[in-house]
Amino acid sequence: VTAPLLVFGWGNPSRGDDALGPLFVARLRDALGPEDAARVEFLEDFQLQIEHALDLVGREQVLFVDASIDGPRPFEASTLEAAADTGFSTHALAPQAVLHVFRTLHGRSAPPCTLLAIRGESFGLGEPLGAEAGRHLEQALAWGRRWIETH
Amino acid sequence: MSFALETAAQLQGLRRVAIDPITRVEGHGKVTLLLDAEHRVQQARLHIVEFRGFEKFIEGRPYWEVPVMVQRLCGICPVSHHLAASKAMDRVVGVRQMTPSAVKLRRLMHYGQMLQSHALHFFHLSSADLLFGFDSEVSRRNIFGVIDAYPEIAKQGVALRKFGQEVIRATAGKRVHGTGSVPGGMNKHLSPADRELLQRDAAQMTLWAHGAVGIAKRLHASNPTLYDGFGAFRSNMLSLVRADGAMDLYDGSIRVRDAAGAVIVDGVADQDYLELIEEEVKPWTYMKFPYLKRLGAEAGWYRVGPLARVQNCDFIPSPLAEAERSEFIDWGQGEPVHASLAYHWARMIEMLHAAEVIATLLDDPDLLDGDLMAGGMRRSEGIGVIEAPRGTLIHHYRVADNDLVTMCNLIVSTTHNNQAMNEAVRSVAREYLDGKELTEGLLNHIEVAIRAYDPCLSCATHALGQMPLEVTLLGADGSVLDHMQRSPASR
Repeated sequence: VTAPLLVFGWGNPSRGDDALGPLFVARLRDALGPEDAARVEFLEDFQLQIEHALDLVGREQVLFVDASIDGPRPFEASTLEAAADTGFSTHALAPQAVLHVFRTLHGRSAPPCTLLAIRGESFGLGEPLGAEAGRHLEQALAWGRRWIETH
Repeated sequence: MSFALETAAQLQGLRRVAIDPITRVEGHGKVTLLLDAEHRVQQARLHIVEFRGFEKFIEGRPYWEVPVMVQRLCGICPVSHHLAASKAMDRVVGVRQMTPSAVKLRRLMHYGQMLQSHALHFFHLSSADLLFGFDSEVSRRNIFGVIDAYPEIAKQGVALRKFGQEVIRATAGKRVHGTGSVPGGMNKHLSPADRELLQRDAAQMTLWAHGAVGIAKRLHASNPTLYDGFGAFRSNMLSLVRADGAMDLYDGSIRVRDAAGAVIVDGVADQDYLELIEEEVKPWTYMKFPYLKRLGAEAGWYRVGPLARVQNCDFIPSPLAEAERSEFIDWGQGEPVHASLAYHWARMIEMLHAAEVIATLLDDPDLLDGDLMAGGMRRSEGIGVIEAPRGTLIHHYRVADNDLVTMCNLIVSTTHNNQAMNEAVRSVAREYLDGKELTEGLLNHIEVAIRAYDPCLSCATHALGQMPLEVTLLGADGSVLDHMQRSPASR
């Protein structure tokens, strides 16, 4: 049975604050009680790809989680709308493009999707998560727990 | 099998055209063409311009880390490196016979990898060229164009890749860079829930994979002149085969057929690959050129991958794929099929085979229960060979008594195909570009030829310490003021 809620974080855990997405997923998953665990699926990856459109099938709500380079501190939550990808690569898609792929493949809109962009400060190769990004993560997790409670 | 057009007779007065980067392939490479005043091609080369040094990174690491670490070579076929390294390290920990559960779990993981990678290549990277035309409108010549124009085909391709990734997740723990395989065995069984999940879709995936073979076949039938002639050239072909001659993508001995289809090497144990293969280094690329020692560099180069595997084996041990193989062989009318574009057709036959193998394996109770680890007498050296999606993949390690790796040699599929890809580039340059004004569409013909081999250029450039180094000092007017070159000896 497909879980109605999906939390999908992405980023490279070896690139400093780019780990915010996967860390958010791991921490929130560990914090959930058994009653919530059954209705939430957690996924993580290095980057978004076309196949991830199929992970949205059968969901009621989806939360995408990524590190942001220049967004507001500590984080920003926004509603996602489908948009065709205008980038040069199909290796890494924007979340809006994943929704666009879903709509093209299935002939209907993707379920409601929210983007949680947690502000990162430093993305150096081999760096651990920075202290400030760690504080942003804690605040985002509190928001994430409420998101699950209210859906 | 010649090396014509590799090096121009003289460089003066030639115009340089570069395709940089080559698109819709893994990793970074470029093609350079040297043209004379009449637009005649005088030189054509595929260069690999990135450099990773992986063999040196591995040295000094504990052997048990290696199967996980080598996955960082590639984001597309990490499982192939994971399993090739595991097979090599099986030898190091003294295991000659894996437990039945471990072998079946590794096979399941590997065929999942084959399925997802082949789906990615055909649907995501190449189908736009094949469905729209090589010189079609560039803005839609990509997977998004295919999704818009052929949503049902695209949907099947995306779902096939996703299914392969789920097989990997279920056996390795993650879709990318999992940890399921360890020296001597596996670290977990398939869960009943994952088996049920995969079984639910397995028949549908086989059906869609069969449909994909049909697409490839119809493309050939629709334009035999193009599909048989484009980038076609004769070569030897190398792959693993099972002891009874069956296709086996996980294990086997090395077989080589010559350009006429005669078996010229057979039954060579994977542990003896160094008796068979030597590598040559050329100063203009980071990628080496392997060849069969006994034939020499000029006559001994070969192709690997789906085109070689489908024709090297005596049969495919799954019914639908075997029927398709027979039809493919018949297409050659008694001769091996040498067309570069036939890689796509052969690749889809393998994808069908992978889907059939997965469906069969999922019914096996050994996936859920049974011993996972075997042991033996510790050794200091191990070689693991596997058929990765792009072709034969060789991992070779030496390990000291303190468990640290002292030597690593990797020969990846794309490296085996280096000469073949260069040959394909030259064949297309001669046929389609020679004497013409170049357009984007014409240059894409070169890329189409390279893409047929599904090269992974990033994992093909991993050696350190043996690369040629060339430094040219240019004056402000472009004139060469000084030039130094270190040319390493071939391995």
